[in-house]
Amino acid sequence: MIFTLHIWRQKSPQVGGSFSTYIINNIDGDTSFLEMLDQLNEQLIHQNEDCIVFDYDCREGICGACSLVINGYPHGEKTATTTCQLYMREYKNETELWIEPWRANSFAVLKDLTVDRSAFDRIIQSGGYVSVHTGSAPEANNILVEKNTADEAFSAAECIGCGACVAVCPNASASLFVAAKISHLMLLPQGEIESNGRAHNMMMQMQDEGFGSCSNHRYCERVCPKGISLQNITRMNNILG
Amino acid sequence: MSILNAKEPIGPLEMRWKKHLFDLALVAPQNRNKHKIIVIGTGLAGASLCATLGEAGYRVSSFCFQDSPRRAHSIAAQGGINATKNYQNDGDSVWRLFYDTIKGGDFRARESNVYRLAELSANIIDQAVAQGVPFAREYSGYLANRSFGGTQVSRTFYARSQTGQQLLLGAYGAMSRQVESGQVTHHSRTEMLEIITIDGKARGVVVRDLISGELSTHLADCVVLCTGGYSNAYYLSTNAKGCNTSATWRAFKQGAYFANPGFTQIHPTCIPPTGENQSKLTLMSESLRNDGRIWAPKNKADCKKNPKDIKEEDRDYFLERLYPAFANLVPRDVASRAVKHICDEGYGVGVKIHNQRLGVYLDFSNVIEKIGLEAVEEKYGNLFEMYERITDENPCETPMKIYPAPHYSMGGLWVDYNLMTTLDGLFAAGEANFSDHGANRLGASALMQGLADGYFILPQTIANYLARNTFDDIDENHDQVQVALSSVKNRIDQLMQAPDAQHSPEYFHQKLGKILWESCGMSRERGKLEQAIVELNDLKCEFWQKIKVTGIDKDLNQTLERAGRMADFIELGELMCKDALKREESCGAHAREEYLSSGGEAKRDDENFSFVSAWEYHKEGAKLHEEHLHFEFIKPTVRNYK
Ligand SMILES: Cc1cc2nc3c(=O)[nH]c(=O)nc-3n(C[C@H](O)[C@H](O)[C@H](O)COP(=O)(O)OP(=O)(O)OC[C@H]3O[C@@H](n4cnc5c(N)ncnc54)[C@H](O)[C@@H]3O)c2cc1C
Ligand code: SF4
Ligand code: FES
Repeated sequence: MIFTLHIWRQKSPQVGGSFSTYIINNIDGDTSFLEMLDQLNEQLIHQNEDCIVFDYDCREGICGACSLVINGYPHGEKTATTTCQLYMREYKNETELWIEPWRANSFAVLKDLTVDRSAFDRIIQSGGYVSVHTGSAPEANNILVEKNTADEAFSAAECIGCGACVAVCPNASASLFVAAKISHLMLLPQGEIESNGRAHNMMMQMQDEGFGSCSNHRYCERVCPKGISLQNITRMNNILG
Repeated sequence: MSILNAKEPIGPLEMRWKKHLFDLALVAPQNRNKHKIIVIGTGLAGASLCATLGEAGYRVSSFCFQDSPRRAHSIAAQGGINATKNYQNDGDSVWRLFYDTIKGGDFRARESNVYRLAELSANIIDQAVAQGVPFAREYSGYLANRSFGGTQVSRTFYARSQTGQQLLLGAYGAMSRQVESGQVTHHSRTEMLEIITIDGKARGVVVRDLISGELSTHLADCVVLCTGGYSNAYYLSTNAKGCNTSATWRAFKQGAYFANPGFTQIHPTCIPPTGENQSKLTLMSESLRNDGRIWAPKNKADCKKNPKDIKEEDRDYFLERLYPAFANLVPRDVASRAVKHICDEGYGVGVKIHNQRLGVYLDFSNVIEKIGLEAVEEKYGNLFEMYERITDENPCETPMKIYPAPHYSMGGLWVDYNLMTTLDGLFAAGEANFSDHGANRLGASALMQGLADGYFILPQTIANYLARNTFDDIDENHDQVQVALSSVKNRIDQLMQAPDAQHSPEYFHQKLGKILWESCGMSRERGKLEQAIVELNDLKCEFWQKIKVTGIDKDLNQTLERAGRMADFIELGELMCKDALKREESCGAHAREEYLSSGGEAKRDDENFSFVSAWEYHKEGAKLHEEHLHFEFIKPTVRNYK
């Protein structure tokens, strides 16, 4: 297969960027999207050019590092899929692909397709945990958790912190990310005690980082590679009162 | 050659850690804030350590190369974590986990360490549950367990197939709490490139800011490496792309001994490669072997057929045939070798690469018939989904294809009972050290080890080190600090300006991977290893002549990052082969072709090789030291899974 790639190139956060166009051929359907970019980078090295920078690590859809907007969709059009799990068999031969970084004020572009998501870490630091000291935990089966509740908590805990929800949101809100963590912990008896303070602190931090607020566009749920549900936002809103 | 002393406590096994804890010196709470500790790597081992040290009141500086601690490779662990809770009342105990781990490691691990690990395992589960880790539960609300990777008890705790993710998010949360409190200062997108040694003690690190390319130095009272494993030396592996040996290799070059570098684990159930440009292999959790049956066609002519068209009587369930007692649940190495053997004999299935089909079937049709599709999906749903996403085939309809892939490195920096390396003040934890798993790791025990190291062992042994030593004030202007800094600068210059720059890091990585997979994979032999050492020496020379890095060094430059890691991988590869060559026995995860029984089974040689090999760096070639292993409590027996 052969593809025309329009890729966002930007030297640093301070300077503007623009699209550069590359043609790549000899791609087979079992090649992943990122492997295609690897091959393009090999060509760039060959031509003495600086490689295209993009984030990745696990390439299994679990670390949350990869983060490309492809033809306008964060993580591409395929639902419930991270960028690293896209295979070129999803695309028709000779398609043109527009590849951009996440775009949000709170996620500065560091270079090319890589953005700064440290705001997410700071939101977690503001309260996204249970305050338990190593060594003070009780015997694990002392506190029982109903299976359905545990499953629900798990579904919220699956968030990989990729930031696609922010990238797609017209308000660049991080509500889905924040709500997922608040829900995960408040559903469990271990985390319930701190629910109120946690929710307020995390919400405050989200605002301080410059993320917008939720006005129910609901795009986030659609692009989230882990299927984090909007129910979590409802749950969060209930606790924030 | 010298004999190494692990400083293990003596006396009854169950009293050793308790007694040792009492003998360790303490740092009083009001003095802890005076001590600074550097932690490199914030996966399970590093994040759990940072959290615990911060809570105790030490000042911690931590570093990782990803853009957040939450993305460390630990996030990818699927199957589960072992603990001796004996919730299933099936005869589990500390002793049994200890026994299984020693036996699984084929009698190449230290008894005292392994016993301690088994003892601490139960508390890890308590800790994780308290943090909100959503482990699987029964309808009654109690925690669920499963049997995993060749054990006969159900002692594995799991969180769907995302156990590593949930445990890491727990540890990351605990660590984040300490960042908020100000005890931990964390630096993401920062790579450690050198250890600073002053008066024989590790006192700091040189790091590179991966965004700006700036180098800086950080000083402390001691340094801990929690930097993970080196399976990526093989190029294609199940590890995340960024996993590398650079931190442990720098430590090795500064005087920390590297133990058992040749001990790597090849995992039997990975998705086979489909082409030459593939960048990594994906693991399918071993738990699938609980219910899936492995087979290959009995007739070579059937290999290219659709599996549905191969009649039941024409299928060879070779693990069931060869190992009737354990069948599909034989340990990883036994399964991997059997699969490779079947494919080498020409019975493999799937795409042909280099004229060979690399794959066998893992079939769920029996279990689907038995317990129904829904129950099977409840158990393995997201693994099946993952498989389908990658291969475009639904395992409920077409049997999965699997093939072995490098997965875990048992080898790593040599550490004593306190998890300190041979370089004073330099500790190593998690997959980065060599401890506990001997020549083969059991499933679900790496997460356990990383967390035992980070939550429970190091916080005590580091305190002891801090209490028993005095630390002169040093600053950036110290000669040794400047020497370390300029050596890093020189190395970067050399990578940026090779005399005959032609090839990308990827080019060298593929070459290295091919050499190692063929000579130093799951079966080895003298001739091939000797040849590999020659080839790797040539590759190293070629690398420094021809490595090509485009862009500039004072910038976000992933090509430069990869080039630096490659330089270290090539040198490590040579040591892996040297170690494998030296070990003239078949043990644990590896068969040495020259040392197999007539029936093709691994033949261990306890008389001559019951030791940990620990290599010391010398310019003219690494020197071997031995730590002799004494089995006071479990008598070495021959592993027999037949
Ligand atoms: C696919 C897969 C599935 C697995 N499943 C299981 C399982 O079910 N059960 C089980 O027990 N084990 C499993 N394992 C093994 C287990 O996941 C790992 O052994 C374990 O997570 C390693 O943890 P760690 O903390 O030692 O290192 P890692 O999690 O690899 O963390 C390494 C850290 O070091 C940092 N780092 C490395 N080098 C540098 C440097 N030079 N400078 C700065 N930072 C650096 C990284 O940024 C990272 O933070 C699995 C492994 C794989 C590959
Ligand atoms: S909620 Fe979904 S899209 Fe947002 S960070 Fe989490 S996984 Fe990514
Ligand atoms: S690279 Fe880890 S989720 Fe895509």
